[in-house]
Amino acid sequence: MATPLGQIFHVYSRLGFGISYAKAKLLSQKTLNEIINGLIVTSSTGTYLTEIKKEDILLKKEAMDNGMTPKEYQKLIKDKLQELNISWTKKLLNTENVLLEKQTLFWHNHFACRVRHPYLMQELNNIHRKFAFSSFRDMLVEVSKSPAMLIYLNNQQNKKAHPNENFARELMELFTLGRGNYTEQDVQEVARAFTGWGFNKDDGTFEFKEKQHDAGEKTIFTRKGNFGGEDVINMLISNKQTAYFITKKMYKYYVNENVNEERVKQLADFYYQNQYNTGALIKKIFTSTWFYDAENMGCNIKSPVDYLIGLSRQFSISYSNYDVLFKLQRVLGQQLFYPPNVAGWPGGKTYIDSTTLVLRMKLPSLILNNGEVEIADKIDDPDDQKKEEVLENKKFGTTVNWGVIIEENKNLDLDKLLKVYLLKSPSQKITDKIKSDPSLGVKEMILKIVSLPEYNLA
Amino acid sequence: MDRRGFIRTSSLASGYFLIPGFLKPLENLRPGEGQKNIVIIQLSGGNDWLNTIVPYKNELYYKKRPKIGLKEDKLILLEKDLAFNNSLAVLKQFYDSGEMAIVNNVGYPNPDRSHFRSMDIWHTASSSNEFLHTGWLGRYLDNDCKNSYEGIEVDNYLSLALKGKKLNGLAVKNIKQLYNELKVPYFNDIAQAAKSDVLNEDNQGYLYKTLLETSSSVDYIYEKNKIVNNTFEYPNSELGKQLKDIANFIASGISTKVYYVSMGGFDTHAAQLDRQNNLLDQYAKAVSAFIVNLKGLNKWDDTTVFTFSEFGRRVEENASAGTDHGTAGNVFLFGKNLKKKGIVNELPDLENLDDGDLKYHVDFRSIYKNILEDWLQADANKIISANVNPFKVI
Repeated sequence: MATPLGQIFHVYSRLGFGISYAKAKLLSQKTLNEIINGLIVTSSTGTYLTEIKKEDILLKKEAMDNGMTPKEYQKLIKDKLQELNISWTKKLLNTENVLLEKQTLFWHNHFACRVRHPYLMQELNNIHRKFAFSSFRDMLVEVSKSPAMLIYLNNQQNKKAHPNENFARELMELFTLGRGNYTEQDVQEVARAFTGWGFNKDDGTFEFKEKQHDAGEKTIFTRKGNFGGEDVINMLISNKQTAYFITKKMYKYYVNENVNEERVKQLADFYYQNQYNTGALIKKIFTSTWFYDAENMGCNIKSPVDYLIGLSRQFSISYSNYDVLFKLQRVLGQQLFYPPNVAGWPGGKTYIDSTTLVLRMKLPSLILNNGEVEIADKIDDPDDQKKEEVLENKKFGTTVNWGVIIEENKNLDLDKLLKVYLLKSPSQKITDKIKSDPSLGVKEMILKIVSLPEYNLA
Repeated sequence: MDRRGFIRTSSLASGYFLIPGFLKPLENLRPGEGQKNIVIIQLSGGNDWLNTIVPYKNELYYKKRPKIGLKEDKLILLEKDLAFNNSLAVLKQFYDSGEMAIVNNVGYPNPDRSHFRSMDIWHTASSSNEFLHTGWLGRYLDNDCKNSYEGIEVDNYLSLALKGKKLNGLAVKNIKQLYNELKVPYFNDIAQAAKSDVLNEDNQGYLYKTLLETSSSVDYIYEKNKIVNNTFEYPNSELGKQLKDIANFIASGISTKVYYVSMGGFDTHAAQLDRQNNLLDQYAKAVSAFIVNLKGLNKWDDTTVFTFSEFGRRVEENASAGTDHGTAGNVFLFGKNLKKKGIVNELPDLENLDDGDLKYHVDFRSIYKNILEDWLQADANKIISANVNPFKVI
């Protein structure tokens, strides 16, 4: 075996959404380098989101011309945003390019944006896809020019006569340097440099509005010059702090929420020297021996999307009603295209409270158990709540081919199954408890395992 | 050695000091009687406060609102040239008895007109250019409480307001259902098994701590709550049901300090009048029933009710007989021993506007500070970082 199974389960929980025992066994013939190289896909068919059509830019105008009331229009936008969410969710469920999705999710959170323009939101997402593994600098330029971000951070209102600092501040605080690495004066001057960056409302393309641009001299990071927006971006990119800021965030995302400063500094140097080539950084991380240290395994909390997509993919669940996944994303605390604010989802422990944890522990039975609600069956004091539970379950409309899963795992005992489905072992008391019931089949054992708190660790 | 001292020493000696507070038996024995609590009612969507507490003597009000301005004969007049929207009629009794305070012009600097961002700001008590991941009540739980159940939201999901760094509040829509879910033998086994293991500080430990805390909090609330027999009749609205749940929790004597509910639908961009009146009617009747119920239960002395919305609406009506997102607005406080009663500060200034919106005079965080310091006896400066002085209403 070229690659141990344990390493494959670990690496797939980070650069993908988990992996089945059968697939992991197949992959273990390859070397780690081969596995990871195969996953860095820069562009291929099916890379982009295409559900929302470009004509929708004119949706508002059209809707008003057709006598739609504002309320009807709001509803239309809401529905389109849901379609957009579902189109991405479907891609997450079915794609082979899992790493591309994983990195797109990273950028989706890093460049968090939320505007009521479905097509423009889709285009911003496609920028993240286009540059997922290439130059961060080029992506930053494209993101800064994207109508969605221009609207969200009020750069359309950033004019020479009345500069609006919103974009300038977030560009430095959240997208590149991080707090404490610029002054209030820098914010004001950077805002001036981006005056006139806007877009054409009819076709949704970037437009530099020269009349609104302040071409005068600015002082940015103690340098003087008649800087424009791209100059500022180049200055931010040439500042090593940006490489450090992005690398640290990537380290937390892919490796460990608890940062090893020394390692992050080395990786940041590498990223900087490689002209912010994100693919190179990812490869470096996943092929480092320390990535496979025990302290980095099963130490992070799965985001709601990781959790839902992972569960669905691991059990090849098919959904007849995708609204369920849209709603579950919300109640679990991470709905795609609806970040809480420009800082994105804080992640980690913040995803877990009593309600979301209990829901995560219940969902495997609800989704995987094909209409049987094992949980409700055992209620010692049954009343009408039971009916509600069953109804709730019907709404999932899921199909799971347990035959295949059982066949795949039939030769595995509890200890092996725990290693297939969990990255951290539960305590001896809990495994003893499961073992103490010899009547449990593979299916029941798997259900118990994926209902454990440990299933929420990646 | 007394029992508390013994438990402390022995638990340190056996390495159980990482186990959350609710497992330390004596903490639970402290009686809930006389427990001061705050009930927060969130009006989601941005309530149009100008049509709630109406400046009926101000010509500008009618000038800017020719369609939806409420005429004097449809109002309940208060002092200082303000009047209740007729739908608040049942609340007049509390206004008259000095058990209601109305604060005008509440907001914050550089207001955000987006629902979710502005709500975030109210929940986290941040500045408008600051992003916090914990709520103000969550930080109160972190600093001053030991158990999840000390902050209860009557809903399926927990609001950011009640999320702390170490401790989260508990969302309970239906205590019996939640209890039953956690009593599934397998879940119960997991929680029980974890109870005797020493929990680590890592994420695995955090998940088990959360589970244990939930299960123990739910047990406690359920056991206390099931003996309550409160037959008081509430209006048949969602808020009415939620407030009745809260009255039951209070009656059960649990040591919960914060209760939280929200009521939606206030985003009245079009055909506002009927819709808002209907919502205010539901709100007023539910709150009134709640207060009368607590009085009957002899618990009203211990309770304060606080109502807010993420923003007020624009002064000028829009073309669809509605109003768009605005800025400053009112908050209400109800209680037995208010320091300030009735209308506590100056009227909204409809003349000096900020881009068509009211300017705020009272930072909402100064009211939070008042609640934290003077009602919940907490160190407000540890919870609210904004440099504002408490605005003393309670």
